[in-house]
Amino acid sequence: MSLAWELLKRETALSWGRGGGPLVSAGFYLGVATLLPLAAGPEPARLAAVAPGVAWMTLALATLLGLDRLFERDYEDGALDLLTLSPLPLEFVCALKCLGQWLATGLPLALAAPITEIALGGSPTLAPLVLVSALVGGLAFAFASGIGAALSLGARRGGLLTAVIVLPLFTPPVIFGGGALDAFASGLPWSAGFVLLCAYAAAAIALGPLAMAAACRNALS
Amino acid sequence: MMSALEIKELAISRGGRPLFQGLNLNLSAGQACALTGRNGSGKTSLLRAIAGLLSADTGEIGFGEQDPDQARRTEIHLVGHADGLKSGQTARDELAFWTRWSGGNLSSLDSAIDRLDIRRLLDLEVRRLSAGQKRRLALARLLAAPRTLWLLDEPLSPLDSVWRTRFGEMMSDHLGSGGMIVAAIHDPLPIPAQVLEINP
Repeated sequence: MSLAWELLKRETALSWGRGGGPLVSAGFYLGVATLLPLAAGPEPARLAAVAPGVAWMTLALATLLGLDRLFERDYEDGALDLLTLSPLPLEFVCALKCLGQWLATGLPLALAAPITEIALGGSPTLAPLVLVSALVGGLAFAFASGIGAALSLGARRGGLLTAVIVLPLFTPPVIFGGGALDAFASGLPWSAGFVLLCAYAAAAIALGPLAMAAACRNALS
Repeated sequence: MMSALEIKELAISRGGRPLFQGLNLNLSAGQACALTGRNGSGKTSLLRAIAGLLSADTGEIGFGEQDPDQARRTEIHLVGHADGLKSGQTARDELAFWTRWSGGNLSSLDSAIDRLDIRRLLDLEVRRLSAGQKRRLALARLLAAPRTLWLLDEPLSPLDSVWRTRFGEMMSDHLGSGGMIVAAIHDPLPIPAQVLEINP
């Protein structure tokens, strides 16, 4: 476990500095949230209606920033070779890399999500669910997007390719998470959407590393 | 501990182009092999196949009595063209991480640092180092975390004559302790080694 802990610390630190890390993601997040009233109009009722969905959508898009370098830099500088020659299975290494990415960028974005939702005029009673959904959904985004990052290894304009691969994988968590928030805001039962979001995150965590490791092996060979 | 490297009738192709076929190599503890051949002949591909990073078309690669997967995870060091170092990290952080990752400890790293004379570089970011200094950092990993089989891809090319001689001494010590070395080279190795020429 000490080896895994060493790798997690390293990946979190590298993700923190990769492509500007959480500052760029948070800046993008706040920028989109600031632009919304300019585009949709400043009426509080209108903003409050779309605030949860916008907070959730922007979280998904902000996750894409810096994602293309998750495996690409290790692939280019030879570190991926060395990570493969270790007692830890490559699948576990991939999982730790995604977890490090989530700790460095997904976690700060999740903490910013309820603030954004309230700033746009959403109900404060919704904020706890926005936070928990963003935490769980951020994990789903991180592991689903790791698949795209691994599949685009070595490709020209890999960043664009990663986004094209990853966005369809974001569809279920966006529907489940957004649906749960919308149901809560409307006073309807919301737990089904949240449970489905948790199930998707669990599936992404369990299956994503298998796909990532296979894609990495294919790129290395 | 790995006792031998046995390669039988190995064939590898890249991008649909056969690189070599029917390649055989037997290496015992304390022996080294120098891979020679023209650019693109398949020296790097052979090293990567031994490391398990590349699949062979046909043939076998064995490590004595040891399970191949286990051997690759715990008994093989690979120093390739890229050194695996992060440009924004300090040399100290990189060395510490890769030493632990390869199964070494910080006391063995300390003596490797002295032997490769890189103590004064430790607080510099990797991006500030020359190619030869980066290579010495990568070679420190070999000494800090002992593993039996060293796979070296043109290990001498960025090193000056002094460090080529010193690294030769380190390779001799490794062979003396029962290690094995397979090195792809264009310049002669400074140690006795069987030569395997790869021709396309």
